[in-house]
Amino acid sequence: MIERPLSEQELHAFADDRLESGRRLDLEAALEERPDLAQQVAAWRNQNQLLHRAFDAVLDEPIPARLIDAARAKPESGALRLAAAVAWLAVGGVIGFVVRGHYASQRVELHAALPRQAAIAHAVFAAEVRHPVEVGADQEAHLAAWLSKRLGTPVKPPQLSSVGFELVGGRLLPGDQGPVAQFMYQDTRGQRLTLYVRADAEDSRETAFRYAQEDKVGVFYWLDGKLGYALSGELAKDDLLRVATAVYRQLNP
Amino acid sequence: MTDRALVVAEIPRLRRYARALTGDAARADDLVQDTLERALSRWTLWRAGSNLRAWLFAIMHNLFVNQIKSGQRIEYYGDDAPSEPEMRPTQSDALEVRDLAAALQRLPVEQREVMLLVGLEELSYEEAAKALSVPIGTVMSRLSRGRERLRALLAGTEAAHLKVVK
Repeated sequence: MIERPLSEQELHAFADDRLESGRRLDLEAALEERPDLAQQVAAWRNQNQLLHRAFDAVLDEPIPARLIDAARAKPESGALRLAAAVAWLAVGGVIGFVVRGHYASQRVELHAALPRQAAIAHAVFAAEVRHPVEVGADQEAHLAAWLSKRLGTPVKPPQLSSVGFELVGGRLLPGDQGPVAQFMYQDTRGQRLTLYVRADAEDSRETAFRYAQEDKVGVFYWLDGKLGYALSGELAKDDLLRVATAVYRQLNP
Repeated sequence: MTDRALVVAEIPRLRRYARALTGDAARADDLVQDTLERALSRWTLWRAGSNLRAWLFAIMHNLFVNQIKSGQRIEYYGDDAPSEPEMRPTQSDALEVRDLAAALQRLPVEQREVMLLVGLEELSYEEAAKALSVPIGTVMSRLSRGRERLRALLAGTEAAHLKVVK
């Protein structure tokens, strides 16, 4: 171990996971000798966790329309389309917002939140021309490895060429409990689909396909153990179901 | 289109931060709305590719501090803040969360901001320093004092609840 004195600044950085790995190991070792400091660090970490428990539910609330309007003061054509879609989603969520109250501390039911979050993510990124994905299909192996690591469970983009869609790539998104993956597909006409995958269900459940329509975006979604999937696209329901079935078959061969 | 979509994508985090900062849902959304309007009016000052989130938090910080300075809102700095009505604990997690929200409001604003930017929004210390326009050393000392203060406040409410239960 490198003999460097423990500064309080470093203890904070350790508690916040901001140290580079070598120094982190040093501190881990040093703290074993100093239960008083270890306890302090644990208390700080606990504060961070409490903050998330108290306020992460806000991320899950529908965005009030007035805020969407404020974000598009000088709309361009594409922005207008997107904002209209998102505003519609916000209106759709108003009832849920009122019922849950402003400080709802209980977890929002996954099956209620999943299709809405997926549809918002679809509306935001499917319209994106220059940067629709973070990692492109040309690095598919890297994409799968990276997202599996971040979600803490193996995930891999299904092959949908049999139903006319090719993988564009994927990205990592913030969910209400942690990282979420989004894979994007496109057909020859440029029509896009997104598959939204979250791996944070608290109780393992399996559900049948459910369908939700959020403005023009249709969403088929289902739970499979701790994984939740949502396939979103501006397709006719039957066409979307055909793709959802193909996705499901590949995930559950 | 790209830029606007990026801003829309930041709204949930701006709302979370504002909610924790102000302790009031309606006031928080007012602050977010002001922030978005200000950001768009100064859009040319944002360098594409730089950290949009930190820039938006900086705008929100300035607006919030100005609100307080102009006396639009009363902020409590000391131990003379009105105490929460005592309630029997119902469900421990909900209770903990409510205690935390109340305790946050009793932290000095500058400590509360640092605690939230670092602990909740997970900005790096450098980003937090930039958003608040203070040196990084100031961020660290506010973080340290804020954490100690919050610990004391939470320990106090815990003790109060225990007393009630007895």
